[in-house]
Amino acid sequence: MKRTTLDQLNIAKAAKETTALLTDLKSGEQELVYPLRSDVEHPLLADLKTAVRDDKSYVHATENGETFIQIFNPPLRLIIVGAVHISQFLVPMAQSAGYEVILIDPRSAFGNKTRFPNCAITNEWPDEAMEDLKPDHRTAVVLLTHDPKLDDPALEASLNSDAFYIGALGSKRTHAKRLDRLRHIENLDRIEGPIGLDIGAKNPAEIAVSILASITKSLRHGDKT
Amino acid sequence: MTEKHTIETSAEDLLKTAAVWQDQGRKVALATVIKTWGSSPRQAGSMMIIDQDMTMLGSVSGGCIEGAVIQEALEIMNHGKADILEFGVGDEQAWDVGLACGGTIQVYVERLEAA
Repeated sequence: MKRTTLDQLNIAKAAKETTALLTDLKSGEQELVYPLRSDVEHPLLADLKTAVRDDKSYVHATENGETFIQIFNPPLRLIIVGAVHISQFLVPMAQSAGYEVILIDPRSAFGNKTRFPNCAITNEWPDEAMEDLKPDHRTAVVLLTHDPKLDDPALEASLNSDAFYIGALGSKRTHAKRLDRLRHIENLDRIEGPIGLDIGAKNPAEIAVSILASITKSLRHGDKT
Repeated sequence: MTEKHTIETSAEDLLKTAAVWQDQGRKVALATVIKTWGSSPRQAGSMMIIDQDMTMLGSVSGGCIEGAVIQEALEIMNHGKADILEFGVGDEQAWDVGLACGGTIQVYVERLEAA
């Protein structure tokens, strides 16, 4: 590997940008591709995008031999707005699934170390916190407060980001009201509401399962249903 | 939990360390899992870096083949020609290095060039 290639990989990592390193296994020649940039052109672009979505490195066979496609994705993150009862189950489940979890709740009676000993917590207002966290295509955002003055600003920030999943807690009726409040914003259909896969969840732990299942589905299946 | 996550995403941190090692004047080789069959503890894309004093960071298996990879890496950091190493049960070399996990694994080993 050339040192310049290594340096470019490290720069992309610091900028949380996804890269694909292509190695011709016969010649050893390497090429760096940024599959998520809008102006990128590459004969293998469709394959690279699939590999990025699946977060899967593999040997790609072509007419001219074999190319190893190595994907460097930013780490998975889950941002939860609302340090509520469901969050107490969702935090450890998501951590087990490989997510770095960040909790946002300006109400320190909810968002504190006693209730959440093993999780990053911020007591900033959601819109400010979201600005710092900058959700990317490897970030899921979950809104669980039930309180429009906390959920709505975070929703707005999420919809302006590349977050791969956005979900908001609330019944169909609550969600319809939410959509009406936010009707000035585009792409409202990106919000999953009511949140979670329909598995008949009845209690906070089961709701956490349904939320994580839905996040996983978005991560692994993307737009496919 | 956090610890596990750190391990899973460490490939990029290894690359940072590789740059630091080279800046310190050390010779550096990179080993990357490119293919696995059957049960294998590290998936494709997992990396290990090695310097000329056999200091290693990261992993390409559960510890079964690292020794053999290091030996090859030492040669490659001198002659510079990248190579693909294959380990698996049924392969004599696999018994030598004790790959007991029942899988087969291919590792690409290359030198980190100075420029």
